Amino acid sequence: MSTRTEPVWMRRLLIGAALTFLMLFLFLPLSAVFLNGLGKGIAVYFQALTEPNALAAIRLTVVTALIAVPLNLLFGIAASWAIAKFDFWGKDLLITLIDLPLSVSPVISGLIYILLFGAQGPFAPWLMEHGIKIIFAPPAIILATIFVTFPIVARELIPVMKAQGNDEEEAAMTLGASGFQTFWRVTLPNIKWGLLYGVILSNARAMGEFGAVSVVSGHIRGQTNTLPLHIEILYNEYNFTAAFAAASLLAMLAIVTLVLKSIIEFKYRAELRAAVKTENHK
Amino acid sequence: MLKISKQKTTLPGFHLSLGVTIFYLGLIVLIPLSMLFIKTSALGPGEIWKVIASPRTLAAYRLTFMTSLIAGLVNVVFGFLIAWVLARYSFPGKKVVDALVDLPFALPTAVAGITLASLYSQNGWVGKYLYQWGIQSAYSPLGITIALIFIGLPFVVRTVEPVIQELDAELEDAAASLGANRTQTFIKVIFPNLIPSLITGFTLSFARALGEYGSVIFISGNMPKKTEIVPLLIMTKLEQYDYAGATAIAVVMLLASFTLLALTNFLQKLSLNRIGMN
Repeated sequence: MSTRTEPVWMRRLLIGAALTFLMLFLFLPLSAVFLNGLGKGIAVYFQALTEPNALAAIRLTVVTALIAVPLNLLFGIAASWAIAKFDFWGKDLLITLIDLPLSVSPVISGLIYILLFGAQGPFAPWLMEHGIKIIFAPPAIILATIFVTFPIVARELIPVMKAQGNDEEEAAMTLGASGFQTFWRVTLPNIKWGLLYGVILSNARAMGEFGAVSVVSGHIRGQTNTLPLHIEILYNEYNFTAAFAAASLLAMLAIVTLVLKSIIEFKYRAELRAAVKTENHK
Repeated sequence: MLKISKQKTTLPGFHLSLGVTIFYLGLIVLIPLSMLFIKTSALGPGEIWKVIASPRTLAAYRLTFMTSLIAGLVNVVFGFLIAWVLARYSFPGKKVVDALVDLPFALPTAVAGITLASLYSQNGWVGKYLYQWGIQSAYSPLGITIALIFIGLPFVVRTVEPVIQELDAELEDAAASLGANRTQTFIKVIFPNLIPSLITGFTLSFARALGEYGSVIFISGNMPKKTEIVPLLIMTKLEQYDYAGATAIAVVMLLASFTLLALTNFLQKLSLNRIGMN
């Protein structure tokens, strides 16, 4: 028997215990979403997904993600470029501040925008005068979504860019490439998997965010309901089949996210390894 | 290894990228977050105390803290087990299981919430057995804990798993060749090396649980003083337009999570020092 592993019976016992726990806590809930959604047949399932309020919720969810994810992507690229490629005073503080939204409760993430733009906030008179509605309207939903997904891309890109070092970019510049060409032709190909990874995680969170969006949305059907909020309303009305039908859409998104994530992680590890290797060879 | 002293780089775009970063950070994160403290300071200590020390708020703090703590501890035990199995053993379907561990990160909290509530309620697939034994698995603190176990599990697995993978094989071989049996090797050699990552995993899972809303509110029952968690109490205050009360409760909670965050960073540094990466 090898000295570096446990007896066979012990291994089987541990694997069995781990799988039982995962079965009960992860696999069972995931399958329950689909079985409950399809509980009353396929016709009811599709009807629940194609009624006007459901379609409006899907549309708002997609629009929100389409605005929040690209903005955070641009921010993530800028932040990681500054942090990974240059040395400056206060860098650690900046990284800590970028990570802040991850340790803020979703409910608080919504609350801060109510304090800022709500009826008692500093901008209330001006917003009122110009007839601009932010709270209980799509702008606040988008802002809250940007907040909760804020650090995700940056967190993925900083370590990859750091590991890549500056040599390749500096060589390109010496050879006469412009800053933009250097970024587009040298940096981007080196970080593409890390970038995609961050985008996929941001998108999953943006489309699925519930707490923060719930605080600022106002829950107006067909207007300010995202898909997760639509699910909540249906569930609270005891319309379980429709609630789970809508939930199954988001569960499918989660599955697609996990599959893509696994594929990208594989490529991404290679990207990081390649970077670390060149660093070690210097 | 990575501490090669950097000469001044010739790359462009420093001012632009840093400027965009700070502008966007200020606009989206810092200015909105500072509103919490501005609003709180406008309240005065007496008023804040009245909100925070009310029996309903104290009950919510206690419930949130206790359920998060228990869920964190359960996750340390099972997260460690799962991390160990994934890092050390091979079995059919391992890749799928490995991907599935991240489900709580990817599944929207509202979906998790309604699903867990339906599974663990009296007529649910799991609940109907538990209720037969007199275990009230939904609309109770136990139900809240179940939801918090669900959302916190990947934090422990993903923190501990890489550390197990990177354990130096020679240490174990040396222990074995010096006559230690497998149990002794595990307790005296392997486990001490994993403690920092287990603490970090626990802290992350615990901190996430403190602020969790979506996956909890459907299974919790939301009875004031009994099954009302802090984020829900904040929500209730907001719905009553009691912005001051909501803010006071939120600030206390935020400070608690920042303390935990600082603690995590400290422990992470400690664990890196232990395995000699710093």
